[in-house]
Amino acid sequence: MAQPNVVIIGAGPAGVRAAQTLVAAGLRPTVVDEGMRSGGQIYRRQPAGFKRPYQALYGFEAKKARAVHDTFDDLTTAIDYRPETLAWNIAGNTLHLVANNVADTLDFDALILATGATDRLLPVRGWTLPGCFSLGAAQIALKAQACAIGRRVVFLGTGPLLYLISYQYAKAGVDVAAVLDTSPFSGQLRALPLMASRPSLLAKGLYYRAQLMLRRIPVHSGVTPLQIEGESTVSAVRFRGATGGVKTISADAVGMGFHLRSETQLADLALCEFVFDETLSQWAPSADADGRSSIPGVYLAGDGVRILGADAAEITGELAALAALSDFEMPVSAHQVEILRHSRERMERFRRGLAMAFPWPALLARVVEDDVLLCRCEAITAGELRSSANCLGAPELNRSKALVRVGMGRCQGRYCGHAAAEVLAHTRGESLQDAGRLRGQGPVKPLSVNTRTGVR
Amino acid sequence: MAAPVNNKATDVIIVGGGLMGASTALFLRHRGRSVRLIERGLVGQQASGVNFGNIRRQGRRLDQLPLSNRARAIWQRLPELVGENCEYLCSGQLRVSYEAEGAQDLEAYAREAREYGLELEIIGPQSLRRRYPWLGHDIILGSLAPEDGHANPRLTAPAFGRAALKAGALIEENTEVQAIEKSGEDFQVQTVSGDSFRAPIVMLAAGAWAAPFADHFGEPIPLVSRGPQMGVTEPVPYRIKPSVGVKTRVPGETVYLRQVERGNIVFGGGMRNEVDLETNRVYPRPEYTLHQLPLLRRLMPGIEKLRIIRVWSGIEGYLPDDQPVMGPSDKVPGLYYAFGFSGAGFQIGPGVGDVMAELIATGASSTPIDSFHIRRFAATT
Repeated sequence: MAQPNVVIIGAGPAGVRAAQTLVAAGLRPTVVDEGMRSGGQIYRRQPAGFKRPYQALYGFEAKKARAVHDTFDDLTTAIDYRPETLAWNIAGNTLHLVANNVADTLDFDALILATGATDRLLPVRGWTLPGCFSLGAAQIALKAQACAIGRRVVFLGTGPLLYLISYQYAKAGVDVAAVLDTSPFSGQLRALPLMASRPSLLAKGLYYRAQLMLRRIPVHSGVTPLQIEGESTVSAVRFRGATGGVKTISADAVGMGFHLRSETQLADLALCEFVFDETLSQWAPSADADGRSSIPGVYLAGDGVRILGADAAEITGELAALAALSDFEMPVSAHQVEILRHSRERMERFRRGLAMAFPWPALLARVVEDDVLLCRCEAITAGELRSSANCLGAPELNRSKALVRVGMGRCQGRYCGHAAAEVLAHTRGESLQDAGRLRGQGPVKPLSVNTRTGVR
Repeated sequence: MAAPVNNKATDVIIVGGGLMGASTALFLRHRGRSVRLIERGLVGQQASGVNFGNIRRQGRRLDQLPLSNRARAIWQRLPELVGENCEYLCSGQLRVSYEAEGAQDLEAYAREAREYGLELEIIGPQSLRRRYPWLGHDIILGSLAPEDGHANPRLTAPAFGRAALKAGALIEENTEVQAIEKSGEDFQVQTVSGDSFRAPIVMLAAGAWAAPFADHFGEPIPLVSRGPQMGVTEPVPYRIKPSVGVKTRVPGETVYLRQVERGNIVFGGGMRNEVDLETNRVYPRPEYTLHQLPLLRRLMPGIEKLRIIRVWSGIEGYLPDDQPVMGPSDKVPGLYYAFGFSGAGFQIGPGVGDVMAELIATGASSTPIDSFHIRRFAATT
């Protein structure tokens, strides 16, 4: 047999380790990545000409970031690297790519999807005001461009990123007006035993908190966000504290996010089976311990399949590559696989701890008022979504989409889908699982009508 | 809980909850008939819900025009009939051609259609450019049907379904029919879930899935399934009023588009996808989308500045002569057919419902539908 064609989507930690593993086995994989440079989101590199040192950019993670970058840079002659390239669709064993408005196809024997994650969002009154960003976007602005989203910023949401990014902003000299966590502090204490499975991560989390305290940045746990206020741009955040008092904090920007969600559209278009993940209350493509999806030849790695973080992404990237090699009947060290599986399992325990410490505030999504915009792309309110169930009889999310356009716009429900499912399930008095999930449709991201073919 | 009701007979059972079935159910209720509509999924989920959305008479076979005219009158009464207008815009339909043959076809059609009450305006290239400056400059002729237009298919069949329900029809969604048998005067309709429904009249409106049932009653038909390829751009200010399509004799070069009031441009044309009748899914082929792009840019050069945000397809039943099967069975009294609309059923849908209800209730249709009779396949199969 000729050398198998393996294509990796994504050049973050999972994609890089997968590529490294395949190259070590003598293959020449193709790495397709939307980014200008490798590193993914977590180890995103600054543009050429920017000279901030690793320590300033990545803090505790500087060594890991450098290792991932150096590994990939050493691979560039051994792989077919396609940066700034979008994999916009999949049909059978053919991947459809577009780069600089030129379309191309790539046939694969194995496909490793290392597509990462984006912020999990939910609607808060005023969340569409200019000045309101996702946590991820706030971090990218800082990491890639050395820009802040505002002069005086409130960070709102929950999850480990909330504290990390608040700390990074404070350290960069931005006035962090407050950190508002929807999770109660008690949950974080309860989750300690599970999170102790990764003591160094836990320690870092505590460090960020301590740093915020040292800088006298108010941190409120168990808050209920009421409104992001402002006329033409953000001017303040109003919330109810854990003890019931309502407070307003002035700010010119808000960074908001409720932990992460996997980017799963490519897995969906590859026809992978999805299962409901009770831990995170969201759908995810099913995968075995090594990342094999339900579709032969399609492997899943990194946060694109389960939100386990960057360290786990390196492990699952390597595992997925080893699974592919093993399925090609190429030699694989069983011992190495065992070690990787064991590490992964430890991170799985930590993930359950995180979900307990920083739960998805489903209730906030369910009670969002009728006139609040839920689907930003199509400007659909929570009330319109409720009417799809109450007046139009929609039993699940795809029918709501057909009838009232929720999730039908540019983002294809990636940013509103989770909250929409909560609202629909609550309106119908059913479980979140019964509300279903929005079916993926191509293109994965908008495709220019000016896309040309046959001009490589 | 629903068992006692389930076993109650109705005057009519309709198998298939697309636009044909749902509108027939509504109009049968208007005629006082009790009716049960059985749909495997949700009403309007297949071809009725995912088609392009043209409300066009222009370009139809001439013998469809009386039915199409009847349908047009119903489209104008939608708010009164189903409580909403389903985004119906009576904003015209423009067919254009780049080549002499296509232009000749347009002119010939305009002459013939006039006899059927369809007035078309033939527009030369200079005038086209003045009136529709966004059109491609190598278009040599246009034919405008000012009273055609477009509507939202996702909303229409469900709206008819809800109106039928409100008018007293029984609607069984998520119910798949396993077998239809005639015993004595009545039909027994068995469902996969084990229910059995009874009625003296059955109308088969099961679209691409109709053939096995007709075959069972001794009327085999050469029905094939295809999925047309659709897509939609991001929204831009509403400027493109008429629905626009290219008339060409070159297969695969057809393309059509319409702009909805909220701004998105919906398009279709070119190749048709293979479908899977087992899983009820059709996966739009990415290369067909790429094939559509130069066709779109030629028709409306400015569209190249936009991006496509979603593509889809749906399962439609096609017959070799591109005409539906519509009317009574040739073999079994009480059995009626309305399926196989060959990718052109949306506009005539409410008219089909009105005609079928009339035919079932009175024994005759006041609108000619003879050329759609299933007996035309009896000799050849």
